[in-house]
Amino acid sequence: MSEEHYLELCENPVQFEHASSVNNVFFDEANKQVFAVRSGGATGVVVKGPDDKSSVAFRMDDKGEVKCIKFSIGNKILAVQRTSKSVVFPDKRSLKLLKSQSINVNWYQYCPETAVILLSTTVQGNILQPFAFRSGTMSKMSKFEIELPVVPKPAKLSLSERDIAMATIYGQLHVMYLKHHSRTANSTSAEVVLYHLPREGACKKSHVLKLNTTGKFALNIVDNLVVVHHQSSQTSLIFDIKLKEPDCAVNTHQPVLPARSIHPYRIPLSGPAVVPSQPPVPCQLYSSSWSVFQPDIIISASEGYLWYLQVKLPPTVNLLQDKGKLMDFLLRRRDCKMVILSVCSQSTRGVLPVVATVFDKLNQVYKEYLEAEQSYTVAMESGPSRGSAAQKRPVRTQAVIDQSDMYTHVLSSFTERKGVSHKFIIAVLMEYIRSLNQFQITVQHYLYELVIKTLVQHNLFYMLHQFLQYHVLSDSKPLACLLLSLESTYPPAHQLSLDMLKVSLARCSSQITVPSLETRCCSTRCSGRSSRETSG
Amino acid sequence: MLMISPRMASGMQEKQYTPSLLSFFIYNPTFGPREGEEEKKILFYHPSEVEKNEKIRNVGLCEAIVQFTRTFCPTKPAKSLHTQKNRQFFFEPEDNFWIVMKPNKDGKPPTIEYQEEEILDTVYGAVVRQCYSMYKLFNGTFGRAMEAGGVELLTQKLEKFFYRYLQTLHLQSCDLLDVFGGISFFPLDKMTYLKIQSFVNKVEESLSLIKYTAFLYNDQLIWSGLEQDDMRILYKYLTTSLFPRHSEPELAGRDSPLRPEVAGNLLHYGRFLTGPTNLKDPEAKFRFPKIFVSTGDGYEELHLIVYKAMSAAACFMISASVELTREFCEQLDGLVGPQLTLLASDICEQFTINRRISGPEKEPQFKFIYFNHMNLAEKSTIHMRKTASVCLTSVHPDLMKILGDINCDFARVDEDEEIIVKAMTDYWVVGKKSDQRELYVILNQKNANLIEVNEEVKRLCATQFNNIFFLD
Repeated sequence: MSEEHYLELCENPVQFEHASSVNNVFFDEANKQVFAVRSGGATGVVVKGPDDKSSVAFRMDDKGEVKCIKFSIGNKILAVQRTSKSVVFPDKRSLKLLKSQSINVNWYQYCPETAVILLSTTVQGNILQPFAFRSGTMSKMSKFEIELPVVPKPAKLSLSERDIAMATIYGQLHVMYLKHHSRTANSTSAEVVLYHLPREGACKKSHVLKLNTTGKFALNIVDNLVVVHHQSSQTSLIFDIKLKEPDCAVNTHQPVLPARSIHPYRIPLSGPAVVPSQPPVPCQLYSSSWSVFQPDIIISASEGYLWYLQVKLPPTVNLLQDKGKLMDFLLRRRDCKMVILSVCSQSTRGVLPVVATVFDKLNQVYKEYLEAEQSYTVAMESGPSRGSAAQKRPVRTQAVIDQSDMYTHVLSSFTERKGVSHKFIIAVLMEYIRSLNQFQITVQHYLYELVIKTLVQHNLFYMLHQFLQYHVLSDSKPLACLLLSLESTYPPAHQLSLDMLKVSLARCSSQITVPSLETRCCSTRCSGRSSRETSG
Repeated sequence: MLMISPRMASGMQEKQYTPSLLSFFIYNPTFGPREGEEEKKILFYHPSEVEKNEKIRNVGLCEAIVQFTRTFCPTKPAKSLHTQKNRQFFFEPEDNFWIVMKPNKDGKPPTIEYQEEEILDTVYGAVVRQCYSMYKLFNGTFGRAMEAGGVELLTQKLEKFFYRYLQTLHLQSCDLLDVFGGISFFPLDKMTYLKIQSFVNKVEESLSLIKYTAFLYNDQLIWSGLEQDDMRILYKYLTTSLFPRHSEPELAGRDSPLRPEVAGNLLHYGRFLTGPTNLKDPEAKFRFPKIFVSTGDGYEELHLIVYKAMSAAACFMISASVELTREFCEQLDGLVGPQLTLLASDICEQFTINRRISGPEKEPQFKFIYFNHMNLAEKSTIHMRKTASVCLTSVHPDLMKILGDINCDFARVDEDEEIIVKAMTDYWVVGKKSDQRELYVILNQKNANLIEVNEEVKRLCATQFNNIFFLD
């Protein structure tokens, strides 16, 4: 079912000539560029990156098998490695040694986004030594140990490069270790262990992701989710390390959703021999020719594609029954707004406690944004303070759902839905107002108007009266005028509106001219005098 | 204006229980129109020991007076009859059904001069109406009883109800508040109110049998799902009969035999005030009182479930056609008990916080009574504790009578008014009527003049009623 696939390959992959006997394909993780080198470069090198509008093509002399080839940023300098010990720069440049460090290294990994290199040291290979590169310097970070499931005797290399990946999750650098067997009793299934690598200070084990199965895995990070691909079942799992699991030990995580395969992908055929009406060919997912790169790249060398992996949020809605957990999950994703609004709409077809939970979750985020905005405004107004860094304006993410969003996309159509009991409609509106009040968010007057209109529509005057009596619908001039307009349908509205006018105008010491019985017009004027006059 | 009375002392006046009714009867003249059939007209008569012929005579007299006065005013029949020794009050709640009440003169020595006490008419008139409303709450209309089982069923019902109810009437303690028949609302902040709304909505959703809910705290109303007229009589029943019956044991000491059986439920403090007293006993039988409330085109009969946790009480009303089982009660207990307990302590906390914030300035220095015809909200700093048996007012009864007279004045006209009265003692009484609201203030300021009194009342309005619009 296509509705159940929550991961997909991007629509427009980078295409390159697939690997063959004459064509070697290399991938530069730093610039995300694919190099297709034909005949060692003699017949051409084609370089394509996802940001490049067109590919770069050139030729170079075939001086032997190319082991590695990369461009610098902006494609200014080309570097080619043909032997295990030397790198060639075709253009004549000068090189300066900045720093050297002597360590026994088994293997290394480099994370371009954070400019951190991780070296595997010691015989077992599980003591990792990171270095950070910053503004032309190389600084040693604290080394740390990866807990191995089995301690080999005699000692031998037990940590492979394939089992380690580095990625930034929620703005923090983590080292991910694919542990194939857990040391705990009765557990043969694999898990991913996350180590949090801070800029300063010690690296600590921070999370354990339970895979509940064994086999060959690959890791990606998409939208701050850890994606674990399982080749034998041809499915993937996702983990959100900020979701708290109530039943598990601290920082142990189960997959958020049941395992599903990546959305089936069709390769459009191209070339002169292709008939336009020929349907696209399905692409083989999870193939053994797939290579996975951090954070979110999948390359099929045999077919010549580079994809970005993406999350599809709408299918997650029906796969996660616990709506509170669903909201926690969605509120942390990038393109979440419309999906969240659809969850709100869907919840109004359910029961009140779930509606209340959904509203509370999103208002929590809304409140945090409002507070951040508020403190930014205050900081700006009080002028630049001595020495402290300029405050950044808080970014409004899609997860901030405000009252106007709710009104437009959820509430106004909900109040008009047929076949819903009017008591339930009011109950849902009041639940939203309760939630806003709970988070001390000022309720917009159009929401109160919606409540009043709905109450009047269904002749629930006794409810309206009680709400106004307890000032649940906050006093305001527009609301008072709305009440006055209801007088013909509901005479007590006259008294209520005058009360409301009195309260809402108290501050500007206005005059209230009581409507005369004949003309029934009401006007208010703001003036400096505090006396009241009557007429009629 | 003043009645010389041996009980005229300043300060608290406590009224003792004395038999306050001379007679009370209900009749329908169409049931016995012919000679010799007069007895058939009488549907209920108190005291029942009275000789048959005397009953017939008294009923006949009332019938004659009503008939006679109808010739002068066909649309508005007689409401009361004042004789030298007594008064009688008439009320026709349904076509041709008449209720007549004759209160006992309260042991005052007869005086030479008879003061026209208009207020007594209004008060006792209101009491008769209330008797009917209370009967109707528990039994439906007279017409309904007639349809279901004729005169026999009606007389049975009347006997059963009024025999007990009349014993609870204490006419001496009836006053202006009985005229209003209002409801005291509990002051609450917005957030707690919304939480209560949320609770009511969720319970009504989970237990879909529930048709209406009312929520009270400390004998004061917070939320009513019923129409006003039904709520006001139900409120009277709850606050003057049901709650007092159950609160005295609660207030009793730990070892008192009156203390209610706590069902040993440590999860919450909720319990049924109507219905099963002990859910744990599977053999115990229980029933819920049935009440009648009005619908668009008639009446519906409902079970009245009153469930209380600490000071919070929730009333749930379910159609009487449904049989309420023990399982249902257990379900309700499990759902409502914990939530209501939590709410009750929330409300208590908020109330304490608000009291601390508003401080002593809002303590009632003013003696006043406020009533709003629109929502039946009443507030009185004059009445201390009003239960079925005892009523304490901190104000001399003669001043109350002045209030009553002002109220009668207000009732005569539609326009907004203000009346200021200086009583024979050092008191000033101010009555304000503004758009369905009435406010009565009693000030003890001997040497004040009219302007100062006016200013004082304005001050009161500004502090106690700052969100209510009063015309000056």
